[in-house]
Amino acid sequence: MTHAVQFSQVSRLFGEVKAVDRVSIDIEDGEFFSMLGPSGSGKTTCLRLIAGFEQPSAGSIRIHGQEAAGLPPYQRDVNTVFQDYALFPHMNVQDNVAYGLKVKGVGKAERIKRADEALSMVALEGYGARKPVQLSGGQRQRVALARALVNRPRVLLLDEPLGALDLKLREQMQSELKKLQRQLGITFIFVTHDQTEALSMSDRVAVFNRGRIEQVDTPRNLYMKPATTFVAEFVGTSNVVRGELAHALSGNPDAFSIRPEHIRFAEGVGASHEVQVSGVLHDIQYQGSATRYEVKLDNGQTLTVSQANDQWLDTGARYQPGQRLTACWAREAMIVLRDAPAEAH
Amino acid sequence: MGQTFNASAPTQRQSPRRRFSNLLYRRPNLYVSLLLIPPLLWFGAIYLGSLLGLLWQGFYTFDDFSMTVTPDLTLANFGALFNPANFDVIRRTLTMALAVSIASAIVAFPIAYYMARYTTGKTKAFFYIAVMMPMWASYIVKAYAWTLLLAKGGVAQWFVQHLGWGPMLQWLLSVPGIGGSTLSTSHLGRFMVFVYIWLPFMILPIQASLERLPPSLLHASADLGATPRQTFMQVILPLSVPGIAAGSIFTFSLTLGDFIVPQLIGPPGYFIGSMVYAQQGAIGNMPMAAAFTLVPIVLIAVYLAIVKRLGAFDAL
Amino acid sequence: MHSEKASWGLKIAAWGGLVFLHFPILIIFVYAFNTEDAAFSFPPKGFTLKWISVAFARPDVLESIKLSLQIACVATLIALVLGTLASAALYRRDFFGKDGISLMLILPIALPGIITGLALLSAFKTLGIEPGMFTIIVGHATFCVVIVYNNVIARLRRTSHSLIEASMDLGADGWQTFRYIIMPNLGSALLAGGMLAFALSFDEIIVTTFTAGHERTLPIWLLNQLSRPRDVPVTNVVAMLVMMVTLLPILGAYYLTRGGESVAGSGGK
Repeated sequence: MTHAVQFSQVSRLFGEVKAVDRVSIDIEDGEFFSMLGPSGSGKTTCLRLIAGFEQPSAGSIRIHGQEAAGLPPYQRDVNTVFQDYALFPHMNVQDNVAYGLKVKGVGKAERIKRADEALSMVALEGYGARKPVQLSGGQRQRVALARALVNRPRVLLLDEPLGALDLKLREQMQSELKKLQRQLGITFIFVTHDQTEALSMSDRVAVFNRGRIEQVDTPRNLYMKPATTFVAEFVGTSNVVRGELAHALSGNPDAFSIRPEHIRFAEGVGASHEVQVSGVLHDIQYQGSATRYEVKLDNGQTLTVSQANDQWLDTGARYQPGQRLTACWAREAMIVLRDAPAEAH
Repeated sequence: MGQTFNASAPTQRQSPRRRFSNLLYRRPNLYVSLLLIPPLLWFGAIYLGSLLGLLWQGFYTFDDFSMTVTPDLTLANFGALFNPANFDVIRRTLTMALAVSIASAIVAFPIAYYMARYTTGKTKAFFYIAVMMPMWASYIVKAYAWTLLLAKGGVAQWFVQHLGWGPMLQWLLSVPGIGGSTLSTSHLGRFMVFVYIWLPFMILPIQASLERLPPSLLHASADLGATPRQTFMQVILPLSVPGIAAGSIFTFSLTLGDFIVPQLIGPPGYFIGSMVYAQQGAIGNMPMAAAFTLVPIVLIAVYLAIVKRLGAFDAL
Repeated sequence: MHSEKASWGLKIAAWGGLVFLHFPILIIFVYAFNTEDAAFSFPPKGFTLKWISVAFARPDVLESIKLSLQIACVATLIALVLGTLASAALYRRDFFGKDGISLMLILPIALPGIITGLALLSAFKTLGIEPGMFTIIVGHATFCVVIVYNNVIARLRRTSHSLIEASMDLGADGWQTFRYIIMPNLGSALLAGGMLAFALSFDEIIVTTFTAGHERTLPIWLLNQLSRPRDVPVTNVVAMLVMMVTLLPILGAYYLTRGGESVAGSGGK
């Protein structure tokens, strides 16, 4: 099986800045692949390298087995949904969607038929005559999607396409995009800085940091087994414990991560098979479905603990600030982080 | 990279246009160069070449007796700029340019202030066009209009008579250095025409700089107990200085290089512009004309250095 | 911001300023229809259309109008090509010498016209080129480039670059992108820049006096008229015509580029 997109040791420099630094990824044909990272981490540059808007400074990119270097965007079998949608303001919706067919020389009747099909695929039948300015943000987003899909690309690139939408619409589009991807069976490469979005939609996620990939994995593994401190802290919330305390609690490694919801409180002494550490309750934040506690350990480090409010009888606070508590967790819940020594520099 | 692509790409028949398009894609520097070559050739060869050539001419020798130019290099032309007669021309032009800039700022400020703070929507658009139109309206016709206005028996005289300002005008025209025999042959008349013609160039930068003042700043000043007058003197005026300075670049340098208005209105006596024109034309002393063009360049450079400190360049 | 009312003094100064700016222009329109044939007396004695037909029957006037139109058209065309090329090259990329190039484009209107005019004249003399229509066009095109450049680069900056990328992404090559995406989006900016350049060229006198040789453009014709009081009525009609040719483009350009960009360019004549 060939890979949809293959990066091997790809770098992209802007002057002295390494926007992408020796990245290697294999993206499978037909998977929903996300590139997740903070802004400036290199994820968008990677997307632009696949689209052909940027050229790699080093390394090679293959799209369906074909070397892509030097191949201009208009000769690549990939299409892009832009962050700002990039709808042509002087064309109506139908002409926008049919543009890709027009420049490829498809006849007018065929173009209109296929543009209308693409519009109905994104539930915008009858909107063809409107100008982009007459559409809502969500509708523009759908037009951009239809326009990119009309060429029937084998790979669809999406550059933070949901960023400008409000929360409700965003969640709705997430599930629609996922459905569409399954239905079309093509590869989606989705760039986002929103970890929830990446986790909920993707088959696999690549986490970017400073132009490099920290980890490529399934959403579940990314959360349960983060490979590095960065991933542990960027994906969800983590307590990263280092130094002597880490050594004392977990044996040999220098650092480990423990999720807040995997910690429970014990009054007095916890179960003997658990890791135990004591501290003073510092702050309580009520968050609806859960309550978050900040516990100051004796060595000065703060531990975040999250407890589900899953008992409807739960009234009032069970703990008070200033109270001394023992926090405990299962030995297996600790995740050893591999990059801990490197963190020093 | 290109080679790997060529080796593995399916051999497609491509039109020459596509191949050219691909070439430009692969070589963005070639693309920019192709775009830049025509304007660079035009400006480099025609314009910069001419300017340097002109400067070079300033070093040539002009023989007063034979009225001919010989390419013997000399600094005499630049030295001659400091002759009392030439120095007088420079001083006269410079004084006018400064006076026009100051007066323009005073007249322009209320207009710009009203535009920026008391107009919205359609009124603002109206004011904007109303300032832009006289700015772009034909320069030579505006100058001509003023010869009509100031002429004997013309509009200005009619107004002066009917408003009973005759004695006041007579008194003004008798002031040495400002006056003259009539309005159209006085320094005052010339000064008014200059202020009129360059006024829009002063209004727009001031208006833009006032427009940029955040309203919260004015509220804050009022909130801290400043009277409107204090707010104006302590906050608004200082913050509009870059706009005034930017506008004065135009009024200053445009007055400095002008030779049509001094020719049409005001007393005899050369301006820098008319001097240059006369030197190359009637007198045929190209080297001296070339040397004279250095004067406005130097004066403008000095002026720019001064107003740059006032933040003029950020307000352009 | 607009809560308090403007004082009467400010209102009078502002509206008075506008009257001051427009009164001389108005006077030109009034005098063109004046019945008197030699004096400038005010108020005008009566209304007539006679001088318009007189003016348009004068061969020297027609000759100058024709010359000025030809020059403005050709100079505008050159400015459109050079200005568009320069703005396309400069608007996104950063490279060494970029600031120098944009400074060079502005120089012809930033420096006093006498310098540009004299420099071109001395260069033409050195090269043995006889001053005439060609040399006038060269001068005009040089200072009109920046007008087009300013309008086009402002539009390019306002147009999202992702439109161009989207076009290429959808399969359009450079030429198709230019034809279907860039041109339709630049159209009105080019038209506005072209109109302003045309107005600037039609009205220019300072550089022209140096490069014209024996040719008489309409502004030069006007200037020469001022020493001939006999022709006042005809001069008035021509003055009105020149005024209109320069006013209409600025109105047109304003409506074409409404929404952000200034049509002021870095004005200067």
